[in-house]
This record gives sequence, C-alpha cells and structure tokens, in this order.
Amino acid sequence: MLAKYRIILPVVSLAVLLAATFYMQPRAMSYFGLNLLFNLAVPIALATIAQMMIIMVNDIDLSLGAFVSLAACITATYLNDTPMLGLLILLALVASYALMGAVIHRLDLPAIVVTLGMSFVWGGLALFILPTPGGSAPGWIRTLMTVKPPLVPMAVVAAVLIAFVTHMLVIRSRLGTVLRGVGGNARSITRAGWNVTALKAMAYGLAGLFGVLAGMALVGLTTSADANIALRYTLLSIAGVILGGGEFTGGKVSPVGAVIGALTLTLAASFLSFLRLSPDWQIGAQGAILILVLTARLLFSRKGAAE
Amino acid sequence: MTNTDGTAVVALSDAAKHFGPVKALDGVSLCVMSGECLALVGHNGAGKSTLVNLINGTFGPTSGTVDFPGGAHGVRSVFQELSLCPNLTVAENLAMAHPGLKGAGWRKPARAEIRSSLDTVFPDNGIDVDAEVDTLSIAERQMVEIAIGFAPRGGTARLVILDEPTSSLDEGIARQLLSHVRRFCEAGGAAIFISHMMGEVFEVSDRIAVLKDGKVVADRPTPEFTRQGLVDAMGHVATERAADQAARSAPGDVILTGEGLQARRGEVVGLSGLAGHGQAAALARLYLSLSSDWRGGKGTKAVFVAGDRPRDGVLPLWSILRNISVSVLGQGLVDRAKERALAEDWKARIGIRTDDLTNPILSLSGGNQQKVLFARALASDAPVVVMDDPMRGVDVGTKQDVYAMIRAEAAKGRTFLWYSTETEEVCQCDRVFVFRNGEISAELTGDEITEERILEASFEMQEAS
Repeated sequence: MLAKYRIILPVVSLAVLLAATFYMQPRAMSYFGLNLLFNLAVPIALATIAQMMIIMVNDIDLSLGAFVSLAACITATYLNDTPMLGLLILLALVASYALMGAVIHRLDLPAIVVTLGMSFVWGGLALFILPTPGGSAPGWIRTLMTVKPPLVPMAVVAAVLIAFVTHMLVIRSRLGTVLRGVGGNARSITRAGWNVTALKAMAYGLAGLFGVLAGMALVGLTTSADANIALRYTLLSIAGVILGGGEFTGGKVSPVGAVIGALTLTLAASFLSFLRLSPDWQIGAQGAILILVLTARLLFSRKGAAE
Repeated sequence: MTNTDGTAVVALSDAAKHFGPVKALDGVSLCVMSGECLALVGHNGAGKSTLVNLINGTFGPTSGTVDFPGGAHGVRSVFQELSLCPNLTVAENLAMAHPGLKGAGWRKPARAEIRSSLDTVFPDNGIDVDAEVDTLSIAERQMVEIAIGFAPRGGTARLVILDEPTSSLDEGIARQLLSHVRRFCEAGGAAIFISHMMGEVFEVSDRIAVLKDGKVVADRPTPEFTRQGLVDAMGHVATERAADQAARSAPGDVILTGEGLQARRGEVVGLSGLAGHGQAAALARLYLSLSSDWRGGKGTKAVFVAGDRPRDGVLPLWSILRNISVSVLGQGLVDRAKERALAEDWKARIGIRTDDLTNPILSLSGGNQQKVLFARALASDAPVVVMDDPMRGVDVGTKQDVYAMIRAEAAKGRTFLWYSTETEEVCQCDRVFVFRNGEISAELTGDEITEERILEASFEMQEAS
C-alpha cells in the first residue's frame, strides 16, 4: 500500500514550492519563465535517475558527478569533432560502469569505496581531455535542448518523458522488477535462478547510460564543458532520489518521484534567489528545505505504520 | 521400502558435505518416491538444512551423489528463513521465480497464478496479490512463500521441500497446509517435510527419516514409529513436564500493566490467539514503552528475545561472543576479560554448540542462533523479558532446555512476556491473555490454561456473529 502513497509527498513538496515561487515572482508563470526555471533540471533529472539505478540495488555512487563531468567533456570535444569516435568512447564509459558493478558484486566490495576511488579516475580523465574550460556542443544536441515545443516548454516535456520512460523500465518491466528485487532480497533472486552479477552489471550499466545522457544534456544547455562542471551532481542526485520517495536500502525507489525530486531541488535554488537570499546562505537554505521535506516524510511514514 | 509405488524423484547415495573440518552431512543415503511425503526430523545442527541445500542444488556434495532420475526440474524449496523480496508485490515475487513469464503483459498471468495457488493451498486467505510483501504479516508471508512453492511456474512442482513451514502459522492455517500436502502427494507429487512439531509429522508423512549428527539413524514408514520412539531416535530425552505445576512460584506484586494486560513479579505471561490478531503488535508496543524512553534514566527495564532472527535478532557481521554481550556492555570501556567470561558462562549454561565463541554468528544453525539471543537477554539484569515467538524453528530438546531456564529465571523473580504461535508453549505459562481482533478476549490462569480454552477464546465471537 505504501508504494502507492510514496509519490504523494514529492508531488506536494514540488507544488508548494512552485506556488511559493509564483507568489514571489508572478512573471515566472509563463512559457519562458517555466523554461528558465526548469532548464537545468533536465541534466539533474537524468543524473538522479542514474543514481537511482545504483540505490535500487542497495549501493550508492559517489563518482556520479565526476562521471557526468567526464561525459560532458567528451561530448564537447570528441563527439563534436569526430562523432563516431565520441560515440564509441561514451559507449565504453557505459560498459566500464557495468564492469564496475560486476566487480563490486563479484568481489563483494563496498560500492561507496569503489565509486569514491573511481571518481578520481573520472575526474583525472576529464582534466586530461579538457584541461581548461572549452569545447563546444554538437549542433544537434544544442538544437534538441533549445527546441520550443508548442504550449509547454522543453524542460517540462523532457521531465515528463524521462519520468514516463524510466517508470516503464523500472516499475513496469520484468527486468526492472528483478533489479528492484535484487535490492530487496538478493538471495531470493539468486535462488530463483538469476545471475545477480549480471543483474548488478545491468543496473550499473543503466546508471552509466543515464549518466552519459546527463552529461550530453548539460553540454547542450551550457554549450561548452569544464572538467568540474557537474561535481555537485553527486550529492544533488542522492538528495533527488531520497526527496522523490526512494529509500537507501531495500530496493524501494520511484523514478517519477526521482524526477520530481530533481525538479524540486532546481526550483529550490531559484526560489532562494527570488527571496533575495545572499548566495552565501543559499546552500544552507537548500539543505534546510531538504531536511524539512525528509522530516515530513518520516512523520507520514510513522503515521502510516501506526495505522 | 514404502507402500507407494512411484519412482524415485531424488536419490542420494552416500552423500556427504563437509565445511572445513565440520562434517555437516556424513554419508547419507536416502530417496524420495513420487506420491510420498517424507518427514525429516532431527535436532538443530543435525544436518537437515544441509541436506535440503544438497537436494535443491545450492551446493554439491563433497562426496557421494545426488541423482534426479526424472530430471531436476520441478524441485521447489520453501525456506525456513523467509526469503521473499519485501519491496515487491506478491505477484511480482511469483514472477521472479517463473522463467516463462516474458515480454509485455507478464503481470496478469502472474497475478492469476499466485491467486489460484494461494486459494488452492489456503482457502479464504484474503491476501491481496498486489500488496507489497513487507505490508503482510509474517504468517501471510509464509503462506505466500508456500503458495509460490506449489505454483506450477511454467512446469509442475514434482518435489516440494518444506523447511519448518508451519512455524509461523497458526493452527487453522497449518491444518490447511497439511491437508494440501496430503492432496499433493495423493496426486503423485513428492514432499519433504521438516518440522519440530511431532503432531504434524505423524499426521502428514508416509515415512520418517531421523537425522542425527549428519547421519540417517532411522528411516521407516510412519506407522512404525511412536512419538516416544521418535524422540528417542533423535537422541534427546524429552521429559514430559506434567509435574511442572508444583515448581511454579507464587506470583508477586503486579509490576507491569499496559495494553490491557497485567504481569506480576516472577510470572510467565503468555499472549495467544490466532496469528495476526494483535498479540505481536501489543507485545511490541509494550516493549517499546518500557525500553525506548530516553528520559527514562538508567537501568534496563526490559529485554527482548526476537523470533524473526534476521530482522530483529542477530547482528550478522559480529561474532557469537559479541552477539551475546551486546546487551550488557555497560558504560565506558569494555572489559574484554569479563565479556569473555560472561559469554563462556552462558555458552555452558544454555548449551550453544560451537568450538569457538569468536566464530561469526551465522556459522551457527538457526536453533543455536536463537540460544545466543536467549543468552543475550538473560545475561542482562532486566526484570522483564519480552519474547516474540522465540521458539520458531527450534528443536524439541532445545525447547525443553529453554522451558527449564525460563522457569528457573521466573523463580528468581523475573517476569516473562511470551508471545507464541504454538499452543504447547502457551500452556507453559502461568497466565495467558488470548487476543482476538486486536483485543483481549480472555484471561486464563493456572488450570484454566488448556488448548481447548485458548481455542475457544480465539474463536468465540466469530461463531456468535
């Protein structure tokens, strides 16, 4: 039963924040305003989905920010100059993520340590490719990210699309269900005859794929890249998953919630600017919003358990 | 060998399994025919679980062979430790174990299959197949697990291994299961039934194999055994404890009230009723009210013995020693020597079967893990011991030991609150509260505590309405 209500709180938090933003700044309530508010949410939403794939199998990924930065650097350089080579490198990155998942499971290593180590590898590679900020976005990505669909802005369409596709993949499909099962009780999945190493590799591979997509989307928005462009995505993505009703253990995740969580986090930053809060305080205030939402969730789930 | 005329579904010949120097299974020859229900009995650590794992292919034998004359398909296991994915729905859990469900639209057949299997084994169960497993009670989870074991899942179940299937079910549900096992065997299926409950073993099985120290010490058709003969074959003297009454101490003052029940000093108080009628929840609330008050000051008022070991019992990464001593660490630095002496003392008193207390807790069998949890609770000086169905999957001999220990501790003035799904255990208590629909429907003391009275109080109103 709880699964059906898990989505309510993220929706309510986003609605409240959105209402507050519109109250502060009525001009944001327009096609252009919404696009501006949520533009940067698209790569964050993709990164949050990537993180969710890892949290789904009871691990956590501390290298995601560095990985997205690396993907962004490759997109702005190789994918722009030599598209075939760029594509191959990006595919290799996805494969290396899958391999990392298999190794973590096979050798029974703590994911938190392995991914922390890998974050330096990704960071180093990114610096190697782009020692100074630069590069440029491939034209088609730029077009895709600045497209102006009728009625609703691109950012909203993209968010809905990401939420729909990942919901079908993670919640509705058999593969997604097995992957969630790995997070819930890996032993039971093994007994049912599945290869858990392959499943973990699959979950990490999906995370790699969405990480790469996040990097590409980011470059499409910023038009150039930098080795440190997405470092804060690591913590933002974890916060997004949790804000969206996911849990750290037990394979309880919600892709729709994760996308909403990412939107909420992006909106929180804009909202604080509208409040004319000094940037020095903004990160702290963002943390406060996060704690507020999580407290509300805890209270609700306690109440739910009592009934 | 038996009166069934089927062919062998599985045949072990001289199968042995060693874990390092430990001979978990020491040369077992056994076969199960189709149409037959074989009961497997033996103490904790006698090798039952190892035997099950050999048959279901978790690991291979160190020596000897395990043959499936008709192929290894259709061999199903229902495990003692609940093994569903708690975050998935009932239907999704079935789908995980069903290789034939692929492509779009796999949910509908999964729902239909688990629904029909649940209704076949447990008529009128009322379990929602779209509910997530962690919203179900333990009994319901066990029912789902059993139903998945018997479900066709793209083939047919030919051999179903049931490891302590009734330990968390109440009498009525257990009866449904037993009669389903009988029907299943009459239709040509084979079953291996592992249980510590003698009544069930005699009721359901065609043949009984007794395991002791990794060997089969007796393997005969069920009618050739008597209860006493079976217990003797297991090699543990289970004394009938009819003379208990005299040993029971006179209860002292009321030291605990709450949830509508009262407990006196030195009293063993039972909470009974059908599974899922509020006993477990009342017990949990009572314990939390005693233990979780951070303003409560020093001193432990109550300790807890868990029945669901993996969930709220053992600390799986710690050694046996630390699992025992965690309740009495005191303040400041831990006195290692004292900690060790305490654990050794309890190991001897409660008979934990291990060579070395620094071994990991998971190296012990289920029953011995439970003994560790008892030791942990009794080692503290708390006046109230709360027990949440602590005898789940514990063998007869250990049970007798624990009963004796509980009696001795009660005589010293400790109070026990004991929730149990087994009437036999509840009959050990001085005072029993029977729950129905979340409320206490009867309070029984002394000679009033009989199986009939408890069942009566559990059902009374349902018949009237």
